Formats: sequence, C-alpha cells, structure tokens
Amino acid sequence: MANFPKLQVPELKGMARTIRTDVLKMVHAACSGHPGGSLSAADIVTALYFNILNVDPERPRWEDRDRFILSKGHCCPVLYACLARRGFFAVAELATLRKYGSKLQGHPDMNKCPGVDMSTGSLGNGIGCAVGMAIAGKVKQKDYKVFVMLGDGECQEGAVWEAAMCAAHHKLTNLVAIIDVNGLQIIDTTDKVMNIEPLADKWRSFGWKVLELDGHDMEQIVATLNYAKASEGPVVILAKTIKGKGVSYMEGVAKWHGAVPSDEELAQALSEIEGVAE
Amino acid sequence: MMEVATRFVFGKELLELAKTNGDFVVCNADTKACGIENFGVIFPDRSYSIGIAEQNLINVAAGLAASGFKVFACTFAVFVTLRCCEQVRNHVCYPKLNVTVVGTHTGLQVGEDGATHAAVEDVAIMRSLPNMTIIQPADAVAARAIAHAAVKFNGPLYVRLHRNPSPVIYDTSYRFELGKATTVRSYGDDVALISSGIMLQKALDAAVALKARGIKARVIDMSTLKPLDVDAVLEAAKATNAVVTIEDHSIIGGLGSAVAQVLGEKYPCMVKCIGIPDVFGESGPSEVLYARYHMDAASIAAAAEKLVRKKIFSC
Ligand SMILES: Cc1ncc(C[n+]2csc(CCOP(=O)(O)OP(=O)(O)O)c2C)c(N)n1
Ligand SMILES: [Mg+2]
Repeated sequence: MANFPKLQVPELKGMARTIRTDVLKMVHAACSGHPGGSLSAADIVTALYFNILNVDPERPRWEDRDRFILSKGHCCPVLYACLARRGFFAVAELATLRKYGSKLQGHPDMNKCPGVDMSTGSLGNGIGCAVGMAIAGKVKQKDYKVFVMLGDGECQEGAVWEAAMCAAHHKLTNLVAIIDVNGLQIIDTTDKVMNIEPLADKWRSFGWKVLELDGHDMEQIVATLNYAKASEGPVVILAKTIKGKGVSYMEGVAKWHGAVPSDEELAQALSEIEGVAE
Repeated sequence: MMEVATRFVFGKELLELAKTNGDFVVCNADTKACGIENFGVIFPDRSYSIGIAEQNLINVAAGLAASGFKVFACTFAVFVTLRCCEQVRNHVCYPKLNVTVVGTHTGLQVGEDGATHAAVEDVAIMRSLPNMTIIQPADAVAARAIAHAAVKFNGPLYVRLHRNPSPVIYDTSYRFELGKATTVRSYGDDVALISSGIMLQKALDAAVALKARGIKARVIDMSTLKPLDVDAVLEAAKATNAVVTIEDHSIIGGLGSAVAQVLGEKYPCMVKCIGIPDVFGESGPSEVLYARYHMDAASIAAAAEKLVRKKIFSC
C-alpha cells in the first residue's frame, strides 16, 4: 500500500460522509444514476479503499494489488467517489459522471476509469470474474485478495450461484464477497420480488464461510473486513444495510433506487449528512 | 408535437386488453420496463415476478406457454435478448411456443446508462433465430396497434420498444399489418428511406430537408423486421435505385443487413446503411449519440444526397 496511512474508524466515518455527499452531488449533476444502493454501500466501500485494500493510485494496474469488483455496477457513484478521494483521478472529475466523453460511465468501464478492476453493470456477473481473478492469484502465487460486492437482489441471478459453487470447488482462500443486504431492489422489497432467504444458509451450504455485520457500523466493518481478509476463504460477508442510508427521505424507499434529488432535496440531503458530523 | 414513449403505450394497452381477454399472463424480472410490472395489482393471478433472473424468466415463460398460456415476458432488451438468448432459442423458438419477448430501452436511448445497457445488437440476434417474428413500433399509435397484434399472435415474437418519449407520427387511420411496411411519405423516386422504429421521425425530417434541396424521397416504415416485407423493399428499390436504411441498432445484422441481403440477391442497387457502427454504446444524451454516429436527420439527408449523386454519376 505505497505509503498510504490507513484511516482509522473516526476518520473513516468522516470520509464516508464526504463520499455520501459526493455521491449525491454526482447523481444530481448527472440528472440520472443510482443513489439508493450507493448510499447503502458507502460505509463498506469507504472502509475498503481507505483501510483494507492494498492499492496504489500511481499504479492502478499494479500486479500485486488487492482487487475490488463492484458486481452491482449501477452503484458506481460510490466507487468513483472513493477512487477520486483516494487519488486515482481528480475529485473535480466526479462532476462528469454519465456525461458524454467521461471516464465515469453510467456503469464502470475498466478501460476508461483508472482503479476500476472490472467492467460491470449487468448483474450477477462480477462475482464470477472475481473467481477468475482469485484463481489467477493462486496460480501466479500472488498474495493479493479479491473483494467483490453484490446486491441482495443480484443474488437472484443464477450465475451468482454458479460462481459460488466454483469458488468453493477451487478452494479460493483469497476471495471475499460482500452482499449489500439493503432489502430492496428496483420494484419493491427483495422478499416481495423474489425471496432470497435464508441467505446465510445458502452460502454456507455452497461451502463458504459466512460473516454477518451491520453495514453502517464502521468499527464492525473494519474489524470484519480485516478478519475476512486474514481468514481462509472463500468468505462471504452479509452486510445488513439501509438503502439510501444517511438521507431521511431516501432511507428504505424503493423509488430512490434510481431517482434524482431536486435542488431542494439535494440541499436537505447534504445538510442531513453534514449534520451528523456535529 | 406530442411525444410519448412506445414502451408505456404498449404496456398500458396490454393492461386494457387484459380486461376483456383472459388468455394471457405476464412475467417480469424486476425492471420498470413498460408498466406491466403493475399488472399484478389488477390481475394478481396473471402476473408472475421472477426476480433478477432473466434466464429463468424465459424458461418459466416457456413452461407456462407449453401449458396453454399466452405469455408476455418483459424486461430491458439488452438482458432479455442477450442474457437469456439461449433460452429464447431453445425453449421459445425451437419448440415454437407462444411467448412474446418484450424488450424495452432499446438502441441508444438509454443514453447515460452507457454500453452495458444499450441494446444495439438485439435485432441481429433475434433475427437469426428460426421461427422468431420481430416487430418494432415507430410511435405511440403503432405501439398501441402492435399491442393488439401481439395479443392475437401465436408463436415466438419479439417486440422492440424504446425508452424515451418520441413524436407521435401516425393518426387514427393507421393500421398495423404484420409483415407489411407502411409508406409514410412519397415525395418522389430519387431515393427511398427505409426506417424502423422511432427513427421514422428522423427519416421524415431528412425527407423534408432533401425536398428543399430538390431531392424527392419516399419514406417507408418497416415495422415488421422479420419476416421482412420483401415486396416493399423491391418495389422501392426498383423505383428509386437508391435505398437508405435507418435504424437505432448496429448496422450489423439489423434492418440494413436484412434489406441489403434482399437487394444483393434480387435487385442490386445503391444502398447506404445508417445505424450504429461496430462499437459499443457509451454514456451521453441520446441525441448527442445519434449525431455522433451520423444518425440524426441532417446526417441522414446528407447520406441520402450523396447516394443520389453517386447514382446519377454511375448511370
Ligand atoms: C442482468 C441484469 N438484469 C437487470 C438489471 C437491471 N437492474 C439494475 S439495478 C437492479 C436492482 C438491483 O438490486 P440489488 O442487487 O438489490 O442492488 P441495490 O439494492 O444495492 O441497488 C436491476 C434489476 C441489470 N442491471 N442487470
Ligand atoms: Mg438491494
């Protein structure tokens, strides 16, 4: 981790607030995008980039780096904000999200955006790509770990379970999957659209070590991610989260999966997030 | 000019039709595609939520169809033609089951969502499957008529719908006839502009621009992409000897390829295919993207004019 001083819990909390405000400003400026799932993932993705992942913004394709795949690619605002704040590109570029010619495509493009390890956007596929990277790490005798984040709705895709089976079969000790269990997808709650429970039992029966945590408790997040990174995987972390976390009118409301806040709504959201700091 | 999205008109009409026609059911895959996600509110026994699982969406639809139901399986076009392509092939087309695959958010209209969501090859894929019929409305009026036709249709069908509001072109006199093209303007025989889907408005605008430059075009709406109205293509080609195809789709395998194949075999003449070149989509406003790929009205007119000049010099 090329001399990067890891942020500790109090700083991580502050950084997560910055990331949340970035996400909201980006989606507002783009006039489209997915705030809900970006906010539910914000604490975990912040912890990954500012404490857990061994990455180097100067060498985004450095062979020994830890990998992170955002399998739920529609939540890329949170990924872009973390990459920018971590130094992969200028923070000012966040304003170009989804604009013509931008490196910040509507769904992550690994050839356009430095720091993006896999192009995603079609759900259910990122975890299989993570399996491939984990196999490569073993074959090449590298120490890196592969992290992949999925949505809970995304777990309805059959390909997720093909990858889950494959990871256990190949004994991928270097793979950590994180499920953002926010209970919502596009249309409705996950249990109404297609029940995925009991999720922990499913992963366990597929041969994974299962950890559970509160996805908005930074102390737990850092401890659990560190534990997962050090343990022999494949490990899956089921993170209980709130979609739209941090913005009162977005929390737990399906509509904010892919809606854009108005000027007034943005102002309220930003003051709510900043208010937490005081 | 009034603008309405073809996907919503189609979905709304299906809901209306369901009140008097009890024969069909719908399957959804967690997308706000064309409004039939709300079908279950009125007809709880006729709407099945399959979740984010497109392959299962089509297999379940096939099973329902094999048990006597007419099924509409609906989600974004990029997923419903690609993620479950093999299910559509082997469980809908091969056994000739009565499933209408509804693909919304086609072409470059997904704009900001970018490459992973822009369905620019769906027609090419669906066209290559035996037993598949493909229709695409040019506007809201056609979308409504096509909803009626789809409910009556028996067999594998792909309906291609656009996301954004687009101009209403037709009036109440419009009749949709499966496999038949509609001649929408006939200024003359200098060039034939054959379009499909919402590109019709751009073709019409191009025809007006050409007229101002003394070039008389006819404009044809190819609402059925498969089976292609071969007679209409040949008639237009024989009259003009210059054919421009216009589609919100890759120039590989869609309308342009279908027309060029017919003309190559039966009546070789000047052809220009307008559409997305061999590239993935990218984020940006759809009109910016259309201009980028020379699919806007001005570019269509320019391409048509060039073709006409070439024709004059070559004879
Ligand atoms: C294969 C595929 N099918 C459908 C979609 C459309 N889609 C985008 S986001 C989404 C819901 C995702 O829900 P979830 O995985 O729970 O993500 P989150 O709640 O974190 O946003 C859907 C269906 C897609 N991107 N990919
Ligand atoms: Mg979710």
